[in-house]
Amino acid sequence: MENLRSERIAAIVGVAESDLGVTPGKNVLQLQAQAAKAALADAGFEKEEVDAIFTAGNWAWSPNLMLAEYLGIQPKYTDGTNIGGSSFESHVGHAVAGIRAGLFDVALITYGSTQRSDQSRNRPTPVVQLTDQYERPFGLPLTVGAYALAAMRHMHLYGTTSEQLAEIAVATRKWATLNEKAFKREPIEIKDVLESRMIAEPLHLLDCCLVTDGGGAVIVASARAAARAKKKPVWILGHGETHTHQSIVNMPDLTVTGARESGKRAFEMAGVTHDEIDVAEIYDSFTITVLLTLEALGFCQPGEGGAFVSGQRTAPGGDFPMNTNGGGLSYCHPGMYGIFLLIEAARQLRGECGARQVENARLAVVNGTGGVLSSTSTLILGRD
Amino acid sequence: MAGQFPKPLIDTDSRPYWEGLERQELRIQQCDDCHRHIFYPRLLCPHCFSDHVSWTQASGRGQIYSFTVVHKAFGPFAEQAPFVVAIVELEEGVRMMTRIVGERETIQIGASVQVLYEKVEEDLVLPYFEVIRT
Ligand SMILES: [Zn+2]
Repeated sequence: MENLRSERIAAIVGVAESDLGVTPGKNVLQLQAQAAKAALADAGFEKEEVDAIFTAGNWAWSPNLMLAEYLGIQPKYTDGTNIGGSSFESHVGHAVAGIRAGLFDVALITYGSTQRSDQSRNRPTPVVQLTDQYERPFGLPLTVGAYALAAMRHMHLYGTTSEQLAEIAVATRKWATLNEKAFKREPIEIKDVLESRMIAEPLHLLDCCLVTDGGGAVIVASARAAARAKKKPVWILGHGETHTHQSIVNMPDLTVTGARESGKRAFEMAGVTHDEIDVAEIYDSFTITVLLTLEALGFCQPGEGGAFVSGQRTAPGGDFPMNTNGGGLSYCHPGMYGIFLLIEAARQLRGECGARQVENARLAVVNGTGGVLSSTSTLILGRD
Repeated sequence: MAGQFPKPLIDTDSRPYWEGLERQELRIQQCDDCHRHIFYPRLLCPHCFSDHVSWTQASGRGQIYSFTVVHKAFGPFAEQAPFVVAIVELEEGVRMMTRIVGERETIQIGASVQVLYEKVEEDLVLPYFEVIRT
């Protein structure tokens, strides 16, 4: 596999969030326009320089067409890959491929959702078709029920405890207290997680991500274009992606995510080792998502995830800084969270994170997860 | 919000399956070429890609692969909570989503289960499972 570390093909040069949390009166196009304008300003680029557009969502029959029209962009290259919350990590990987092929120089990647204001989640549909018909009539609440099935099996196989899962929620909240944009900032303890309402055993309310509105945008530029950006480039050193199933029933092994493959390829492409990673941004739709991902990425062995996150190791001051913005558990989670992993990783590598800055962060791993542990997309990012 | 019960939109893949359940038969497919069992039903074998697949009646016995107790449910399921949703692995080697009925204490991963046919609506029978006491 080619080693991108030495090649410096493309970089993230601009990132921004839109308004986050509860955004009544704002629609998904406004949120994405707001984020796109701010990300371009962050990069020091004009809209006219954008020649590729990437977005994912279910707010239009063809989100790319509606978004590009709204923004006034006629792209040379367009990609609407939708593999759930990890779509945006894949968009970055696909942008690198397109840039390497010489097809475009500057890509705009956006996401927006008003799911909290819409209260649009979990509306059961009266008719279920195709492969959904064999499952939806049993009433498993998605997505939490699927993740609960995975957590239950991990506990059964390895003795993983609810306390260990709670360590993740508590550590993530500590990071959120350092981020003024985080939705939930009051400190919590392990007992708060364990005493929070049971949603789907073994997952409690505080094992689950937030439901917020919000949007984000990321600008990816070729090395040539990155040279004229306002900010220092955050190089995209490695990428891997895969999807293993759509429905949780068809997950080959309920405790092993596709990050085992996507992570391996991303690390190989980057030519870096786990020890070199300074900061980890790991999709945290649920606490179990993080635990399974750490194992699958190879930061620990299968079954060791519980021990790995114990003792607040991933909290501020711990030796494995993770989800430093407060994550989907405490900062924001508008349905598909993956773009926010990228925004935080870029800011950490640019040293812009103030109180929550990981000292001298040079290399970050970003892992998106989509669907019900269905898709994973891993990136290794680094600065000069 | 109660909402409507989600009903399968029966198609030519699924018709033998749903019709079997109406007759209290759990039907799955088997590949004529590699002989592996297949669930959910489909046009071709996902293992060897043969399009020679046949219907067979499953034993209805299996083991709980994983389960969850749902405490917060939505729509028509809200008032049923708490209830147990599981993935059951049949003796034939295929997995399916289901409900487990019976005493919560007996429900655990690895427990042996047997199918039962639950008429959840006038026009819908679902395969539920119960733990076999050994
Ligand atoms: Zn076959």
